[in-house]
This record gives sequence, C-alpha cells and structure tokens, in this order.
Amino acid sequence: MSIDIRGVNKSFGDFAALTDINLAIPSGKITALLGPSGGGKTTLLRIVAGLENADSGTVSIEGADTTNVPARKRNIGFVFQHYAVFKHLTVAGNVGFGLSIRHRPKDEIAAKVNELLELVHLEQFADRLPSQLSGGQRQRMALARALAIQPALLLLDEPFGALDAKVRKELREWLRELHDKMHVTTVFVTHDQEEALEVADNVVVINSGTVEQVGPPATLYDEPASPFVMGFLGEVTTLGGQLIRPHDIVIHTDPRPGALAGTIVRAQRVGFEARLHVRPEGAAADGSSDVLVNLTRTFARSLGLHEGEQVWLEPEDGATTLPAAGVSASGRPAPVLGSPRREGEDVAGSLTSKDVAGSLTDCRCDYAPGSVRLHGSGCWLA
Amino acid sequence: MKWALRIFVILYVGLLVIWPVYLVGQRTFEGGWSGIVTALTSPEVLHGLRLTLVATFWSVLFNLVFGVGISLLLVRKEFRGKGVLSVLLDLPMSVSPVVVGLALMLVYAPDTVVGRFLYGAGYQIIFATPGIVLATTFVALPLVIREVVPVLQEIGDDQEVAAQSLGATPWQSFWRVTLPGIKWAVIYGVVLTLARSLGEFGAVKVVSGNVSLQTQTATLVVQDTYQNFQPETAYTLSLVLIILAIACITVVSILRPRKARKAA
Repeated sequence: MSIDIRGVNKSFGDFAALTDINLAIPSGKITALLGPSGGGKTTLLRIVAGLENADSGTVSIEGADTTNVPARKRNIGFVFQHYAVFKHLTVAGNVGFGLSIRHRPKDEIAAKVNELLELVHLEQFADRLPSQLSGGQRQRMALARALAIQPALLLLDEPFGALDAKVRKELREWLRELHDKMHVTTVFVTHDQEEALEVADNVVVINSGTVEQVGPPATLYDEPASPFVMGFLGEVTTLGGQLIRPHDIVIHTDPRPGALAGTIVRAQRVGFEARLHVRPEGAAADGSSDVLVNLTRTFARSLGLHEGEQVWLEPEDGATTLPAAGVSASGRPAPVLGSPRREGEDVAGSLTSKDVAGSLTDCRCDYAPGSVRLHGSGCWLA
Repeated sequence: MKWALRIFVILYVGLLVIWPVYLVGQRTFEGGWSGIVTALTSPEVLHGLRLTLVATFWSVLFNLVFGVGISLLLVRKEFRGKGVLSVLLDLPMSVSPVVVGLALMLVYAPDTVVGRFLYGAGYQIIFATPGIVLATTFVALPLVIREVVPVLQEIGDDQEVAAQSLGATPWQSFWRVTLPGIKWAVIYGVVLTLARSLGEFGAVKVVSGNVSLQTQTATLVVQDTYQNFQPETAYTLSLVLIILAIACITVVSILRPRKARKAA
C-alpha cells in the first residue's frame, strides 16, 4: 500500500503548516516523519488519515485518490499520542470497537480481540478498564484497537511521546518486531531522531512545513543534504569552518600539520562518554567558537586529558562534514557568521561557492565563475 | 468560635428550611390519615398532580434532547453568535418565571398572529396543556446544558476522533462514545430538570389561566386551595411535592459521588 502525496499545502490562519509537500511512501515499510515540534509532521499525518483537510494537493493510497474520502472510509489505523482510549469500555471492548460498529458476529469479534491481545501481550487484562493500565499498556491497547480493523495503513502520531524513556525504548523495539510479523505499511511521527533511526526503514525529515530530505537512516546520517538534517540527526560542532559530528574529531596531545590547536576549557563526563569543550587559539572568550569533542571515557583517560591542557584537533578520515557558515551547532541558522544578503543580489568578485551558505530553506545560489547569484532572503556569506 | 458558627448555621437552616417544612408536615397530619386521604383523592388534587406529571414529562424529554444537542453544538462546533447563544441559554434561569409567562403570552395568546394561526390549525397553546408544557420547558432549559457542557469540554474530542478513524459514523460515535462519556452529567441534569419542572409556578400560572380541573397544575392547586380555606388540602399536596423534591435530591446526592469518582 504505497502513499502518494502531491502538492499538499495547509495553513492555519497566517501560519503555513505545510508548503508544497511531495512525497512517496513505500508499501510494507516503516516510515518515520521526523522533525522539530511545530514543523508540520503531525498535520501531514492527519491529512493522510483524513482527520484534517489539505488546502490544496492530493493524497492517493495505492493509486486511488483519497483526498475527498472521509476518515472513517479510508481503512486506516490511527494511534494517537495521548492514546484516546474509550474510557468506559474494557480493554476487550476498546480493541473490538472497530469490529463491533461493523456489526460483525460476536464470536468473530471475540476471537479477533483475543488474537490481538495476545499479539500486544495484554491477554490477561481483557476485562480491565483502561484507567487500570499503565501508559505503555494503554498505548499497546490502542495499537491493537487500530490493528483490529485490518487497516491497509497504520499511522502513529508520536506514539511513545507521552511515555518515560525506558518504556519508550522497549516499545519501539516491540513495534519493529510487530511490523516484521505483520508487514502493514506504517508511518509514524516523531521528534526523537534516535527513535526514527532505530525503528524506521525510511526517514522523512520535515522542517518548517517542507521536506528536507528523504532516505534510509544510514544515508541521512552519513550524507545529510543540509546542515539542518545533519544537526537534527545528531550532535554537531564546527571545526575549521566545517560542520562535523563531535565523535568524528581526532584529538592529539602533540602538534600535527593541519590540525587546529586549542585549549580544553571544560571537560564533562556523561556515562561512558567524555565531552570536551576546546577553545581554538585566538578564539573569542565567550565560547561561541568552542569545538565540542566526544570520546569514550577510557580513551580520554588514556590520553590523560584535563581542563587547561593544550590539544590539536583534526577530522577523522571519512567523517561527514558540511560547510559551516550560516548554521550553528544546534542546526539553526546563525546570522552572526556572515552578512545577510538580499534576494537576487549579484555578489561578483572573488567569491567561490564555498563562501556561500544557505539558511536551509529560503536560499538558493547560482554559481558562475566569478559570480554568485543569491535567491531567497535567507542567504549569508561566510 | 466553632460553637458559635455551628449554632448560627443550625439556626439559619432551621428557621429557613427545617422549621417551615416540619410545620407543613405537622399540619398535614393534624387531621389524621382520613384527612390526608380525602385531600389526596379530591378531583382537583388528582387532576393537578396528573397535569404536573404531564408537563414535567415533556419538559424533561424536550430539555434532554435539545439540551444534549445544544451542548454538543456549543462545545464541538464553531459558529458566529456562539457567545450570544450561550448568554441566551442562561436567560430562563435569571429572569423571573412570571416574566417568562408574560413573554410567552405575547407570542402565543389567541389574539396574536402566531396564536391565531395555531388556533386556526386546531392547536390551543395558551390556557391549555401545550402552554403549560412550553412554560415549564422554558424555565428548566439551562439545567441539562449547564451540566453537560463542562463535561464535554473536559473529555475533549480525542475519543470521538478515534471512533471516527475506526470507521464509526457520527451517529455511532455519539451513541457509543460521546453519550457514555457524558452519561452522569446527563442524568444529573435530568434530575435537576425534573425537580425544577415539578415545582414550577409563576410562568405556568400566567399562561395556564389557572382554571380548576382544567389547567391547574399541582402548585396552582396548592395556592388555590389555601386561599379558598382548604388549608389541609394545600398542606397535604405541599408535602407530596416536598417528598418528590427530596426524592430528586436524594437521587442526585447518590449520583454525585459516582460522578466525582468517574472524573478522578
């Protein structure tokens, strides 16, 4: 069951939640819609489910245009962030709801409910009320309820967002196992990059209502299309004008050619990890250009690294890097790094493509020898 | 201080509620059981009670159906004039029932456009049972709505959306999800409507014409018999009305903690 989303736009008043979304979601796979809160991913999921109407654009499910089909006729299982359990029904009543409103025979419903409760490991709770279940159990029940109607498509809106870290981790492993058993096309929304990378076959990064990048988790991590994607999928720091992941930096205690010299200004330990803040020589004292380096605690100890010590940094071979200008380590545009330029402005002269960086969405640059033309309002010069 | 407060409360409630109600009971039994039986079997009393029950039945039914419907409209839909509607729905509670009766007269009396039209079509509203039902329904209008609206707001529309995604039609979603969720509020609102309708006097007096054995409800019979020097009948019927009211209050107080437990 593949989903084809074409030219979808959605605004709430003045706020553009989604801008011209074009996306194909493959059959039989788990796809994650990943992005920051308020980025439009939940809105997109609700449009696919028919719980929200797009202002323009179409959604087709397996070739059939469903844009104007009401939610109840789409045969889509939907799991809500806050469970949306039917409080007055027992666990079995909740799971059987979709079948019962279709007037299926009682014994068929009972058999199906039993089968699903076994699948979600809640068979001993069939006669309890949802208020007697824990959050994780309620969400498993909600999932069984959604699966009971044998949906062509399963949509989950931040399904584990309201659960604590440990339960969340268990449930996402369990969701992956469940999918490998059932093979129902699944789309889930999350703002947790670890969840997306761990569970999904395919990740769609959505930010400010647009699709930033689509691909398998490994591709997104190794070849991010933009500084935003790189910053969102993991920690990022700046080393010598390049964005780089803090664990892709090699640290030396003696000078090396090409390596950046600096001083450790802060050393933190978080579990197995040592996090060092290295201030490059001659850099500002406010810490704005400090380089973050992550290494294992044991390695840090073997090098004998302490605060105040001088070190030399260089990128590891094959490390993922992107030009840093215009983007801070948090993945957000940082205008301080260069001077903003106006739309359509010609920046002729000795510039090369390396000197220009966009602010993710609104900047496009045409390069020609000796000339760079900027489009959009969010461009900076490095 | 604690004792002073207790004595004050006892005196206050005693003088306002307990003592008067007790005296009604005492006067009722002054003539012994035979007096009570005579009073209760008199044609005016039987007719009055029957008419009150009829008016209460329709008032509860109308206010149940429209109360739940309007509550859903107010909470789940956005439309122009919602604030105005909300204020209008409180009006019957804040305006004196006599004024309500007079206002209904202005619309439905036989010499008005609407009244003449309805009369021509064979329906008499004023000075007849339909007018009494109308007046009773009007004064009890907000009771169901004021109970149901906050509960609807509290439970939100999550469950309704979930039902919809599972294939439920709006009708199925209402019966299987929304109604069970607001059940206790609806029952509570109905009991309050019941009590209010049984005791309605002012509006009904104006629109009914107060004709003995025709358009006199129980409360009107109480006033009529009292003024016509049949106090024992008035007291007996009053006690019946008090007992009905206490029954309503008891039902409410039994339901109330269950409702609280549900919400917790």
